[in-house]
This record gives sequence, C-alpha cells and structure tokens, in this order.
Amino acid sequence: MIADPILEVAGLRTVFFTAAGLVRAVEDVSFTLRRGEVLAVVGESGCGKSITALSLMRLVPSPPGRIVAGSVKLEGRDLLAISEAEMRAVRGNLMSMIFQEPMTSLNPVLTVGEQIAETVRLHRDVSKADAWARAVEMLRRVRIPEPAQRAKEYPHQLSGGMRQRAMIAIALACDPKVLIADEPTTALDVTIQAQILDLMLQLQQESGTSVLLITHDLGVVAETAQRVVVMYAGRKIEEASVEDLFARPMHPYTHGLMRSIPHLAAMSGAVAERLQEIPGMVPALSNLPGGCAFAARCGHADAACAAGVPPLEERRPDHYVACWHAGTLV
Amino acid sequence: MPRSIRASGWGHSMAETYGRELRRAGADANSPVRRLVLLLRRYPLGAAGAFILTVFVLAAIFADAITWLDPLRTNAPEKLMVPGGKHWFGSDVMGRDIYSRIVFGARISLAVSLGATTLGSVLGVAVGLASGYLGGTFDLCVQRVMDVLQALPLLVLALVTSAALGPSLTNTVIAIAIPMIPASARVIRSNTLALREAAFIEAAQVQGMSEWRIAIRHILPNTVAPLIVLATAQLGSAILTEASLSFLGLGIPEPAPSWGRMLSESAAEYMRTAPWLVIFPGAAISLMVFGTNLLGDALRDILDPRQRG
Repeated sequence: MIADPILEVAGLRTVFFTAAGLVRAVEDVSFTLRRGEVLAVVGESGCGKSITALSLMRLVPSPPGRIVAGSVKLEGRDLLAISEAEMRAVRGNLMSMIFQEPMTSLNPVLTVGEQIAETVRLHRDVSKADAWARAVEMLRRVRIPEPAQRAKEYPHQLSGGMRQRAMIAIALACDPKVLIADEPTTALDVTIQAQILDLMLQLQQESGTSVLLITHDLGVVAETAQRVVVMYAGRKIEEASVEDLFARPMHPYTHGLMRSIPHLAAMSGAVAERLQEIPGMVPALSNLPGGCAFAARCGHADAACAAGVPPLEERRPDHYVACWHAGTLV
Repeated sequence: MPRSIRASGWGHSMAETYGRELRRAGADANSPVRRLVLLLRRYPLGAAGAFILTVFVLAAIFADAITWLDPLRTNAPEKLMVPGGKHWFGSDVMGRDIYSRIVFGARISLAVSLGATTLGSVLGVAVGLASGYLGGTFDLCVQRVMDVLQALPLLVLALVTSAALGPSLTNTVIAIAIPMIPASARVIRSNTLALREAAFIEAAQVQGMSEWRIAIRHILPNTVAPLIVLATAQLGSAILTEASLSFLGLGIPEPAPSWGRMLSESAAEYMRTAPWLVIFPGAAISLMVFGTNLLGDALRDILDPRQRG
C-alpha cells in the first residue's frame, strides 16, 4: 500500500558561507514523506540531517546559511517559493518540529499552558479560554497526569520527560500534517526514551500526522520508522524500507553502521565478537574529496570511487543506493 | 551546528532563582508572608535598605499628614532656629522649617530618580533589544553612539543636558535619564544576544511566531531580572545626580524643596554657624542612596547569581 505523498523534497541544497570556505551542508537531497508514514533520516553527527530539517522549516540561520536550490512541496505547495509571512502560517500549524533539548526548549518565564495556548491562538481564531482548554486537552493527550494543574506550572517544575511531552503537545496543538522530530529522545534517559517514542507513535496513529524522524540511533529507527533515508556528508546515500535496509544494507557505510550496533546474541554467545567500527572520520564538509565522500573510509574503494560521485540508483525495488559497487557488494 | 552553541543552558527565570533562594534558606513555606520573612532574614542588609526606602516613600506619600508647617512659607522672626521644639530639624535663613522641607524634598528626590530611572530603562531596553535582536550594521552604529554617551561621566552629561534644556522638574528627569540609557542598553543587548541562541527561541520560530512577538514576549521577559538589578543601582546614582544638579543650580528650580539645593544655599555661609542646615539634607541624601545600594546588592544576589562574588 503506497499512500499519496504529503511532503516532497527535491534537489535540496543548503550551503554555509564561512571563513573556512563554502560548506555544503545539504547537497542535492531528495525524498518523499507519505501520508501517515514515519520516515527516518539517519546519519552521524554533522552529516547534514539537522540542517535538512531546518531547511524544510526555512529556519537555516542566515547568514551564513542559505538554501540555494531545490523545492520543498507540502501538499503540492512549494514552501521555498512562498513569502516569509505565509511561511510563518505554515510553521507550527501545518508543519511542526520538536528538538533534542527538552530542558531548554521551553520559555522559562511562561507557564506550560500559556506556551501551548499561545501557539493555538497564533494559528486559530479562538478565545483565550478555548485556547487554554485546548492546552489542557493537549497535555492530557501527551499523558501528563493532572493536566489542568500542570498547565499552570513553569518548565522548571517539570522533569525532562515531562518537558519533552509538553514540547510534543505544543508541536501537535494545531494538528500539523507533518511533524519533524529532530533527535527527540537523544537527551533523555533510556526508559523515558522508550516512553516518549511510544507516545509519539500512538499520537501519530491517532492523528494521522506524518513524521520525519531525525536520529543517529538505529535502534529507534527499527522500532518506529517504515522507511529510512541514510545520509552521509550532506548527501543521501541510501533509501529503503526498514525491513529491507536492516536485512540487506547495500551501501558500505550503512553496512558499517549495522555492524557497529552491539547484538545481544553476539555478546552472550561463547564467541565474543569484537564490535566493528567504521575507520576514520567524516570528512570536513568545507573540504570534501572529489569523488565518493565515503571512499577514504571504505574497504571497497577503488579508482572509480575517487573519480566521481556515485549517482543514486534503484538497485532493488524501492531500494535506492549511491555506490559504484552496490551491485557487486550485496 | 548551531546546536552546540545553543546548549549553553540558559534558563534562570526569576521564579526559578526565587525558589532556589527559598530552598537554600530552608523554606518549605507556601504562604507569601512567610516567604517574605525568610528572604528578609537571609538578606538582613537588603531588608535594611528596603526599610529605609519604604520610610522615604511613605514620607513622600503622606508628606501633608506628617508635617505641620508649609515647606515654602518664609517666616523671618523664626529664622535659623536651633533644632527642637516647633522646628524638629531647625529652620533656615528665611525661617522655613527644615523638617517639612526634608519630607517634601523626598517627593522631589523620589519623583526625579524614579522618573529618570524608568525613562532611562525604557529607552535603554528599546535600544538594547533592537540592537541585540537585529544585529548587523544597526547594532554597530547604535553601540558606537552608546560608547560616546558612556565616555562622558554621568554628572557631566547630565549637567550639559540640563544646562541646555533649562531648569525644571521634567528637564531634570530627561537630563538624568539620557546618560543612563547606555548601561541598560548594554545589559539588555548582551542578554538578548545570549537568548537569541536559546533553544526556546528556535522553538518559538518553529511555532510560526513573528520576530516581533519573539522579541517582546519571549526575550524581553527573560531580561527582567538583570534589568531590576541594574535599575536599583541606577536609582542611587539618579538621586545623587539630582542632588548634585540642584546643588549646582541646574536642577529643580526654587522654591521647591530639593535636598541638593538646600545644601548649596547653606553650605558656604552657615556650615559653622548653623550646621543643621547642612547636616539634615546631607544625611537625607546619604541615607536614601545608602538604602538603594543595600537593596540593590541584595537584589543582585537574589536575581543574578552569576555575578555573585
């Protein structure tokens, strides 16, 4: 079953003009988020996944950043072509975002309820009382106990998990079509992580919101997403369904990521296998090598890899990969 | 990328610091009265400052009720009376009651200092917020103007402005307010710069808020604590500057009872023969400035823990 697309990103290119030169943070990235789907974007720190998210929201700090090419179509409307005022009506309303730091993402001088109500009143023509009622209702939906009481409290009176729930409440207060979750659980305890992920999935199924989940945690991806985009050095290098990607990763980088996850079987078994790390480091985005950006760290690299950037090709049904050797490595 | 800059852990709200202070004082009290008592006990000097200022404020408000002689009415037969009896603080060369003039002088002193500090803070906040939030060339130009203002001592700038505008209550307020702008503008600007990178500001942008709304509703309230600390400190210098301007004949014109003018009228001639003409206004000025300084120090400790020495 393939639902219709809600968010189509095509040829997105975001660069930063810095003292060290031109930094190509997002280079020709395309993907499609379908209605009601959870799409994960994975990659290590600095691979451009957060900048991709900010680019979708048109909130790349400028200067020095700028979106130089591409289109971001939300239900067919190109968000990169509309005015800033129109974009403000999209943010928090049609498309919302939650961040990594629940501890600092809420304004310390406003109550949680006020902050939710403010977003509601920003996008909906409702009375203060109705907005407040909506705030309490949202806190109840994100499973915060005694929501009417909690709404009157300040962020410092809530725990980290509670604050992230409150952030989710703000993000979903206007029933957005798309929710971008940028490392939503990274800063939380493992037990709280699981709770927040469960909550997000439940809310996502209740409301039918499509979720773009940005993470570096493949465990989170396996539990939540239907499809995965793998990014490396600002480019999309692989895209597949979760099952396909975990069963048969085609890019050597994805393969390396999989092997660097500890497995219970391997750890408890008689043969203690050493975890495989990927050698080397992500190249500086301001100074990328000419060919495939992963070539320097790749065991399969040869002259072809240094010569040119491999194109993204559909090597199996619905499984796209950008590697010169994808065909031979599987 | 911007993520690392943002993780600076901003979030000292007033409620937060207030609560922490209370806990440190061993409080589990919920009643506001009990909270106040605990705060007063933890900061005895601040409490003393607050007490002094309260006395002056009450005196200024109820000046008519606590005096029995017109501060402006001259009375030649009773000139240069020694303190005691009918004239608690004595009388001046024109027979005016010093006690009444001190009490009514508190009105002038408070009106000018509060007015100047408020005006200076409001303008400073506007300048600082715009400067910090807009940044770029605007920020650069505004900060150079602030540099120029700050290069001149408070009194000198107030003196020049006051001389240019002419002596009157309003002009004195303006003359003292203008040199106060740079300090609050600087404080607000630096706070705004730090807050602009805060995660909750990015969150506000993500929710579709306009720059205006973010600046006014989300950044400004977070700068209130340092602003209160600064304003209290400025209150003291405003009192002193008003007294100095009046002493030099540029502040509040006669016959209004200004402490500074009372000093200047009597300092040279009557210092030896009638020292109460000098002692009481001088003491009033010192006491009020002392009170604001004590209160200001306590407020700084309570609201701005980062500056604690």
